[in-house]
Parts: sequence; structure tokens; C-alpha cells
Amino acid sequence: MAEDLFKLNIDGKDIEVPKSYTLMQACEEAGAEIPRFCYHERLSVAGNCRMCLVQWKGAPKPIASCAQTVGEMRMNPDGTPPNVVTTGDYVEKARNGVMEFLLINHPLDCPICDQGGECDLQDQAMAYGRSGSRYSLNKRAVENKNMGPLVKTIMTRCIQCTRCVRFAAEVAGVEELGMISRGEDAEITTYLEESLKSELSGNVIDLCPVGALTSKPYAYNARPWELRKTESIDVMDAMGAAIRVDAKGDAVMRIMPVLNEEVNEEWISDKSRFIWDGLARQRLDRPYIRENGKLRPASWKEALSHTAGLLEGPADKVGFLAGDLVEVEQVKAAHDLAKSLGVKSADCRPAGSTYGANGVREQYLLNPTLMGAEEADAVLLIGTNPRQEAAVWNARLRKAWLWNDLQVGLVGDPVDLTYDYTHLGDGPAALDGLLKQKNDFVKAFKAAKRPMVVVGEHALASEHGQDILNAAHQIALDAGAIKEDWAGFGVLHHAAGRVGALDVKFVPEEGGADTETMLSGGLDTLVLLGADEHDLSRLGDTKVVYVGHHGDAGAARADVILPCAAYTELDATFVNTEGRVQMTQKAVQPKGEAREGWAIFRALSDVVGKTLRYDSADELREILREDNEVFAGLGFAPGAAGHAALLEAPAKPQALDKARPFGAAVSDFYMTNPIARASKTMAECSLMKRGLETPVAAE
Amino acid sequence: MLRRFDMEAGGDEFTFKPETEPKITFWREKYPADKQRSAVIPLLWLAQKDNNGWLSEPAMREVADRLEMPYIRVYEVATFYTMFKLAPVGKYHVQLCGTTPCMLRGANDLKEVCQQKIGKKMAVTDDGRLSWEEVECLGACVNAPMVQINDYYYEDLTVESLEEILGKLGNGVDVAPGNFVDRQKSAPEGGPTTLKSGDLYDGSRNTSGVLPNLPEAEAGDKPEPEAKGEPPRKDPTNVEREEPGVEGEPPETLEVKKGEADDLKKIEGVGPTIEKKLNEAGICKFSQIAAWTEENIKWIDQSLVFRGRVWRDEWVKQAKALENGDSSSGGKKGKV
Repeated sequence: MAEDLFKLNIDGKDIEVPKSYTLMQACEEAGAEIPRFCYHERLSVAGNCRMCLVQWKGAPKPIASCAQTVGEMRMNPDGTPPNVVTTGDYVEKARNGVMEFLLINHPLDCPICDQGGECDLQDQAMAYGRSGSRYSLNKRAVENKNMGPLVKTIMTRCIQCTRCVRFAAEVAGVEELGMISRGEDAEITTYLEESLKSELSGNVIDLCPVGALTSKPYAYNARPWELRKTESIDVMDAMGAAIRVDAKGDAVMRIMPVLNEEVNEEWISDKSRFIWDGLARQRLDRPYIRENGKLRPASWKEALSHTAGLLEGPADKVGFLAGDLVEVEQVKAAHDLAKSLGVKSADCRPAGSTYGANGVREQYLLNPTLMGAEEADAVLLIGTNPRQEAAVWNARLRKAWLWNDLQVGLVGDPVDLTYDYTHLGDGPAALDGLLKQKNDFVKAFKAAKRPMVVVGEHALASEHGQDILNAAHQIALDAGAIKEDWAGFGVLHHAAGRVGALDVKFVPEEGGADTETMLSGGLDTLVLLGADEHDLSRLGDTKVVYVGHHGDAGAARADVILPCAAYTELDATFVNTEGRVQMTQKAVQPKGEAREGWAIFRALSDVVGKTLRYDSADELREILREDNEVFAGLGFAPGAAGHAALLEAPAKPQALDKARPFGAAVSDFYMTNPIARASKTMAECSLMKRGLETPVAAE
Repeated sequence: MLRRFDMEAGGDEFTFKPETEPKITFWREKYPADKQRSAVIPLLWLAQKDNNGWLSEPAMREVADRLEMPYIRVYEVATFYTMFKLAPVGKYHVQLCGTTPCMLRGANDLKEVCQQKIGKKMAVTDDGRLSWEEVECLGACVNAPMVQINDYYYEDLTVESLEEILGKLGNGVDVAPGNFVDRQKSAPEGGPTTLKSGDLYDGSRNTSGVLPNLPEAEAGDKPEPEAKGEPPRKDPTNVEREEPGVEGEPPETLEVKKGEADDLKKIEGVGPTIEKKLNEAGICKFSQIAAWTEENIKWIDQSLVFRGRVWRDEWVKQAKALENGDSSSGGKKGKV
């Protein structure tokens, strides 16, 4: 591919870069650092801040390196490669001039600005700014805009880089930000100051190089240098986005995204970002026991022996139910305890689900991987709304649709996904003979080199779930989606704990009851592991033991509450929807007397006299790896490695026409788990989404 | 200058006039189906024309809906170009050129005229007829100083001529556009100083009118010259905008022969100017005024710009008295 390379001389160094590179990328390749405000590698090039000026020997003016494509540069008159200089007086002077203009109207309010300490403008002004201003006229002032409950605006600070506008239009796919008026009057705003409605709107806070867009809930809470930064994993959806938890003392102050190209690129959803106030509310900080219909505080010893008493009954009258946010360690310990008690009823799936029981991992993973969306040329979504269930992945689908001409087909509710798709049917019945439909999508899908079939987990949570899975699998096989280097069939989960629990085989054993049966009453004791998303109204006089960290549906029904740590409060293993094993890191201490989930079951096992064989989380993880080798590799998604398990044709799907319609897995994006329901910020977002007036935060 | 929609004046609704539809189709057909948003500026312009010279928020939304564009994208365009007015303008919107050539030729004096006759920039007069703003070069420097009123240029202005124009427009009288000194377009004042020979223009020098190898021309088939001197000054055609906010009903009018009209000046508050206005509007008899209803008075008050005089001086009561010949109980002449 030699003809696609271009030779350059940058700062006296000869390098060769692809012709499609921008001059800025080439300079960075050569080791030079180029300052910038408007340029962002995941957004289109705007070229309006002019900070990245470099000298191209022979050019009459400095060149904005972000907007200059290398392939379009010409050779020197003597045929030698063009000389570019990124330092020195000429460049320095140019950048100093740009910086002076940027600062002309920028307020000097860094001491009260939330961006202070992590501000691009501040940093670059240190390098390129003058020591004083030569501007003696009035500064421009801009009205602040309302952008909803998440993004606080101080628009006088805006330098009009338009990163936020490009992000909204290109990545989020919701064109609601724009720059109005022109010249000195230019202002960034939403249309008539409506709230941002994207699930990814918080990312504009990170993108803003100055303090114009900052986090509203975090406003004036802390300075970046006071915060303890812990890299961790998000559990708000099943993607397992990489996050950084910033904490001060024992409080989580904010959550930021961390780059993980394979999972979340550098975005996170608003739910992942703004959930943190929920971590401080409605917490279960000590054990409780229900007496005479009322919960009373109890000691751990009392609570554990009370629980042991409840578990003593016949093993077939006891059940274990794992919820959406439960880490692998807790599930493993609970599972081991259940086994040692002879309990066969354990389940981690939504009521009605039957999938995953045969233990074939590939049948419940997103085998094509999240990143695979960029390699795929056609995607068939079945009963899923990725915008709600995996918002960041939806942005990746949009990216592929926008740049790779990805074709998308959808069977399910015709929702707004931020990209165009072919709607192929509403319910399961449409899967029958789907590939016989005559339309452009089916044509493209059949011809695709890397077709992808994605089934929403919610679609499987019904008595015909296995049939729907089989039908989707068959469609993938028929389209040639399963081959050596491409496993184009998978399930998109929306609960962070689900795949991990399935990997531990937290499903009913032969003769055991599944979620639906356990929930319909008849058990003596039901142990809930943070299971709050179920309908608990049919339990009858079943005694409920709730192990969890938030006072939500489960705790309200519980007879014993055993408080455990939330995802920011322990080192824990989560498996994302691709089967990628990742670990959270402890950022803050658990609340009050709460303990790590696995330790509760370890202690309980002692009390019931069936002591589990591990005394620390590390020992537990050792055994976890021994029992199931998938836990051995961290941060790795099997992807196409599992294609062999999918080659076999599934059973013929039955009665698809009788299956219930897919419906929506997530009815309210901001309210999907107990932490979110405890969060005031999420409540405001939820109100806004439903078109109600956002209440002014009481605090 | 901050540019924001006047949400109150814009109301909730906007529909294009039926006669605009073909124009919309014309513009949209210029662009391929997937590039329809290219038509946004012409459509905004048409919407502004259909909305009495300014672009309301519902009008902008209508354009966005038609072109399937996000509102914010259209909003960006509408606020970027100052030719889109986001707040109401007068029936006659004066754009005064203040750029160097016009300024050197006296635009600053014209500005003062506007300030005196109309008021502040972009403010609309009470009767809704006039508004003005200063704009950058309109490209008619040869005829400086000049203003653009709605769609047309009024050139070679002086303080007096602009005062006269604004005076007429303010009274609802159209003024033909063009130069306000004796010159044809940009030609020298007082007529041409060169190329004066008439036969340059009448086609008489067009001797080689018949080209070789053409079908033989019939006798008397002389080519017609395209331009024949100055076109007649027509009535202005730019006034398609609605008369601002006229409520009420017009009263009945009468055609009266000269001499048969009553002397309306007998009514207190009616002078020769008002009498003339009334007569022009077809009001010549006391009986007519006596029969005015409240709705009629509203209409008369607004369209003839009497500003409450009819009520204040109780014209109807006076006219009733005068009609009955009772000159003592009403009318200023009776009082003397």
C-alpha cells in the first residue's frame, strides 16, 4: 500500500503516514504535541479554534493542522517532502495571537469555575497566553442557557469550538444543540432552550474544553485535585463501560468515562455518569429484622441466625433469586451455599425465561461483540431497543450507520433509534419467514459478509423465549452469519449481573423452580440477591431474605435485610454482555455495617453449619477460575472464538405466532435499578423525559 | 445584537398562503430528494413574505417540518442571516444604507429623519406602518444615499424627499420607487451627456438586421428594439402586506357630487385635512357619521389614523345634532 503513504518532514524528522491523515495526526506521529480546542478525534473536523497552527515551509500563512489532509499537501519545489515545523518563534507567535483572541472575551473567573484544574483553556493559556490583557473595551457577556437537569451552562465562558454541537449531531444522533447568530453574537443553545433529551448528553461536559458546559449535579462540589480517582466498571447496563469513580472521603463525588475502545470508546450514558447521588440515598446500612410487620434494626449475629432459621426448612421449599446488579462473587457464594443446603431452586433470569439453562455460553452472549458493530455490514435487531438498553453501543451502531453504511433492520416496537432502519415486523411472528421478505434490508442482509443478529434479552423472557432464540439463531445460520472469523449472533443483555450469574450457572437444577415459579408463592423462604425488578406481590406468606444495598422493592417486602456493598464499594467481578470478564475496584467504604456480598453468604454458611471453603475474596476468585475457565481471562471478549458452538442448527421454533409481543425492556431509561431510583438526578431526568416540569433541586 | 424570536407576536400558527405553494415547489424542485434542506433559505424567505415581512417561530417550524430538518438547524440559519427579521416590522420596513458612499452623501442626515419620523431602530410605529434599521451596503452606491423599503430601492434621497416618502407611507399612501432626482437610473442628472442621439435607441441604425441565410424577411418585419427609454413609473408593486391590524368594519360610503357634501368641518375636531381624508374615504354627509356603529368607528380610527379623536370629540353625537339642523347643541360653529 505504498502509494497510500505520504512522506513528510516534521521538525526535521522524516516520517511516512497514510495520505488520509490530517497534518495534526502526522505531527503527533512524529512526536510533536499540538494544542487544540475544537478538534476531537471522534468528531468531524471543524477547524474553527485555530489553536493547532503549524508552519509549513513555503506556505504564505500558518496552517491549521487539524483541517489539512496530508495527502493534499504538495512537495517542495525541489521535489523533497514538505517541511512542517511545530515549534519555534513563527508558530509560537501565531498561537499566541490565537490565544489572545480566545481570551479577549473569556471571563477571568477560574477561581469559581468548576472546570478549574482540568481546563484545556487554562492549561494552554499557561503555555501560550500573555501575562496580561491588551483589551480595554467591554467584554462580551452571553446569557446562560437551560439544557436540562444534567448540564449546567455558563455561556460567557464558551469559546465556540462547537464540539458539543458536533457531538449531539454526530454521535448522539439527536440534533438539539446548535450555534445561533454569528460573529460576536454567536451562542450555543438548544432549540428555544429545551432540555437535552439524549441519553448521552453528559458527554458534552467532558468534551467542552472550557467551563461553559459543566455537570449540574456536581456543581461546586469538589476540585479535581482533591478527588481520589479509582478506575472501575459501570453496572448501569450490561456493557460494562470503563469508568473512573472520583471520591472524596467516603462519598462518590462524580463518575467519569475512561477510554475503552472495545466497549464504550470514551463515552458513557447519563445514567452511568449521574447515578452517584443515588449511592448516598436509601442505603441499607445495617441488618433489619421484621417483627410484627415492622422492620427493626438488628445486629449481624441476630440477623444471620434469624436467616439461618429461615433456611432450615426443607430444601425444596427454599429459593434463591439473583437481581440485575449482583457481582459474580456474591452469586458464587450464594450458589455454593444453596448447593450445600441441597437447594435446587436458584435463578438469575427475569420471570418466564427459559434460555441459558443448557449451559452453552454462546447462546446468551453477544458473540459479535460490541465493537463488531463497526465490522458488520448489516444488523438485525430483534425485540431490542439498544438506545435504552445499551445507549453507548447505540451510538456505535449509529457511527457504523453513518460512516460504514451499516444496514439496520428491526423486529419490535418501531422506536426512534437515532438512525434509519427497516422495520420488519412488530412481534415474534415476523421472525417466521423473515428472510423471505422482499425489501432492500433483507437483500443486503443476505448479501452481507458480516451479518449480525442481535436478540434483546427481554424478548426471551417469556414462555416462547427459547423459540424466539432458536428462530433468531436459525436466521443467523441461514444468512451465513456464523463462520470461522465471525459469530454474528448474540443476545444483548441490559442487566450487568446477568451474564456473570449465568456463567456461575445460577439457574435451577433438575427439579428446581425457576423465577416464575418462585415468584408465584409456595416457597417457605426466598433469598433475594438484590432482586428488585420482579413482581413480588404473588409471594403469599413466603419469608423473604433480602441481600442488597438499597431500600427498594425487595427490601420493602423483606423479613430479614442483610446489607451489602454496592459496585463502587468493593472489588468485584462483572461479566458484560459480550462475555468480557471485568473487575470493579473499591473506591469508597461500604455504608455503615454493610459487608461485601460474598462475605455475607460465607458468614451465613458458618451459621447454618455448612462452612464454605474460602475465607477471602481472592480465594473465592481462585475457586471461581477453577470451576469455570471463562473467569481466568480479564477484559477479554470471546467473540468469534465461540462460533463452533453456534454452527449446530437449533430446534425448529414452535408457535412463534402465539408468543407475546416483544414490548419494551426498559420503560424508563432513568429508573432501571434501585440505585437509579434512589437518585434525585435520575428522578429529575425521568420527569423531564415524561414531559413534566423539572422540579428545582431542594438541596 | 441579540436575535431572538418575538414569541408573543408570533402566535402559535403559521400557514403559507395558497399562492406561495407553487413558489415553494419551484425552489424544492431545484434540489434532489435527499438534499431538500438546501431549500431552507428560499423557504424561510417565502415564509417571511407571507408573514408580513418577519419570520415568526411557528413560520420557522413550518419550514423545518416541510424540509424535515431539526428545528435547531433552521434556527441557526434564521439567526445567522440578518435578512430574516425575528420580530415584527412595519408594513413599510425601511432599510437605510449607512455604508461609506451613502454616509458621505448624507446617510447620517437620513438616519435622523428616520429617528424623528419613525423612532428607534427596529421599533414599529404605533400604527404598525413604519419601521427602520440601518444596513450595510445595498450595492446602489451610484445613487447614494438610498434606502430600501420592503422590496424596492428609493435612491438619490435628500432629507426632504425621505421626509416626504415617510410621510406618505405613514398615511397609507404608496410611493413609487426609483430615483428622487431627475436622472434615469444611474445616468447623469438632467439627462444623458453623451450618446444622446435618439437613433441609437429607436432601432433605425439597425441596417444589417437581416442575417445571411435566414428565411427571407417579410416586408415591414423590422426588428423591434428591446428597450425604449424610461419605462413608465408604475404604481409600486411591493405592497402585498396586510394593512396592519385593522379591526372593525368599514362604514357605508357615498359618492357625492361636489357641492352637495356637508361641511364636515362643522364637527369639532375635524379640520380641513381630516375632512379631506374623510371625503377621500367616501364620508361626505353628517348622516353617514351619525350612523356609525362602534365597529365602524374602530375601522375609521385605525385606517385613517385618527388616534381616538372620534370618541374623544364625540363626532357621532355632534353629527346627529348637525344632521337635525340643531347647530346649537353640537358642532363648534354653533358654539361660537
